[in-house]
Amino acid sequence: MELRKNYFADVRKDDLHEVGQPRPRSDSPGHVTGKTAFFADRNFPGMLHLKMVRSPHHHARIRSIDTSEAEKHPGVVKVLTAKDVPHNVYTILILIQIGPEDETVLADGKVRWKGEAVVAVLAETERAAQEAAAKVKVDYEVLPAVFDMEEALKPGAPLVNEYHGRNYYLYDSGECRKVRFGDVEAGFAGADHILEQSYQSSPIEHAPTETTGCVVVPEGNDRFTCYTNTQAMFFTLDNASIILQMPGSKLHFVGGTVGGGFGGKVDVIVEPIAILGAKLTGRPVSFIYSREEEMQISSPRAAEKVVIKDGVMKDGRIIARKVTGYTDAGAYSRHSPYGAQKGAGHYPGPYTIPNVWIDTYCVYTNRTPSSAMRGFGVTIGDFALEVQMDRLARLIGMDPLEFRFINAYRDGDMKAHRQPTEGAALIECMQEASRAANWPVAEKYMAMSSYVKGA
Amino acid sequence: MAKVPVQFTLNGSEKAEFIDSGTTLLNALRDKVGDTSPKGGCHQGTCGACSVIIDGELRLSCLTLAETCNGTAITTTSGLAEGGVLQPLQRAFLDTFATQCGFCTPGMIMAAKVLLDHTPNPSRDEVVEALSGNICRCTGYEPIIQAVLTAARANSQNAA
Repeated sequence: MELRKNYFADVRKDDLHEVGQPRPRSDSPGHVTGKTAFFADRNFPGMLHLKMVRSPHHHARIRSIDTSEAEKHPGVVKVLTAKDVPHNVYTILILIQIGPEDETVLADGKVRWKGEAVVAVLAETERAAQEAAAKVKVDYEVLPAVFDMEEALKPGAPLVNEYHGRNYYLYDSGECRKVRFGDVEAGFAGADHILEQSYQSSPIEHAPTETTGCVVVPEGNDRFTCYTNTQAMFFTLDNASIILQMPGSKLHFVGGTVGGGFGGKVDVIVEPIAILGAKLTGRPVSFIYSREEEMQISSPRAAEKVVIKDGVMKDGRIIARKVTGYTDAGAYSRHSPYGAQKGAGHYPGPYTIPNVWIDTYCVYTNRTPSSAMRGFGVTIGDFALEVQMDRLARLIGMDPLEFRFINAYRDGDMKAHRQPTEGAALIECMQEASRAANWPVAEKYMAMSSYVKGA
Repeated sequence: MAKVPVQFTLNGSEKAEFIDSGTTLLNALRDKVGDTSPKGGCHQGTCGACSVIIDGELRLSCLTLAETCNGTAITTTSGLAEGGVLQPLQRAFLDTFATQCGFCTPGMIMAAKVLLDHTPNPSRDEVVEALSGNICRCTGYEPIIQAVLTAARANSQNAA
């Protein structure tokens, strides 16, 4: 690929030694010889297998749990319920003071989504654990469930999560994250055209080829070694320490080799219960999601709904933008309050708009808890924003790329969050895109620059 | 549970194990023999990560019962490099950046090896078809296709 050097010629250095030069990956030799040690490649004598009994209901009260038949099943060593977990209610982001703790390691009195973990069975073989899990009897009282975010926000909707007491995450800014810049209503009043559209997405599963899991070994020195494919080693170690009420010095995490993550392995789900199993049995424990669990149980990207209202002038300037974003957290927070907040930080997109109003909500429903995935909080928003940009351009009869040149943020422009734009380079990227895609724009746009001297 | 004896060669070495009847070849290789290069991605024959070569044919070890492999010769990715020297196929995966997370790689290499053993100079379409039973979630496949074509060229140059 040709590297153009005329951009930012007076501020850039051109002594590039590494850019454009291939370097071998340090992990490839292990991959092509089959020597790379993934967590499940560790096998230990006497290792037990953990299988979960999961909720068949979206929302239900647990009247009783009977594990007696499962405990008698040949090969079963231990059956765990909520009372066995030292600190059963947790939330991942409590480590950075984003509470409240709202999720159970094993369900206690209630299940809030179909697939929620209720009872853990540890047995000599995977098969024995699976067979015994099928013998656990849970008596449920099914409750009304809510699956739609706007339904969940209506008064009288079933309450999903008592730890929040409402079906949305309460930010310090209130029921949503808010950005207020200029006077959006005055902007709409003065606009030549108004365009309001809503955009919706479904949850998306990462589907890594290696399923989520860990292998835990109780060591002779009273510590536990946890081989894991987590993408968040220290988040997992620290949360395990809280859940197990065990000092972090007792936990030795070995990881970094992940068979595909894409954000799907940042939640703390398998490690604490597997460590607990190893502690209570004194034996190594393997807890590996089946493919079905990976697809149905592991957190997907959140479903989102984005409503965008724009005021645009005939000359192409967007003068007002109002965005309301909804992120479906499912039954528990995990990373979704952060995702919704990122959305607020990301709108109104890479455009300079004088009047902006943004609300983003993190909503609880009886769906599989959602969490991180590649750019979560902004990816769906970008889809919505750029489709909206094309529609706006069509509305005023303008070329969609030229329309973006007119609105592109440039160095020194004040963003809606009151951060001045620095190092934007958006104009230059679009100029290159115009050439590469053979989508010519008027010469005045090709002469523009993001960089303003002294800005 | 009744144990059954099973005997085969793995990458040229004799192996004999007593296994539970019904054990998959994947679990026998990984848990009993100790060759963890075949991976368990789905355990239902859809992802190809467990691919091995049995008597020259590409097989899914997660859908193959170990007890049906008596007397066979099994090849896995861990047995390809002789004396630590990578085969051209392995070299090509390195050079074309055909690995990312690495989990699908051993299965991909098995599928590619069977193709090149039968068809030393495959077309791009033949490569795509040969890899169609193996899922990769990282690369987008193109670097893997390039690796197989690169290895085919290297093989034909060596043969010339």
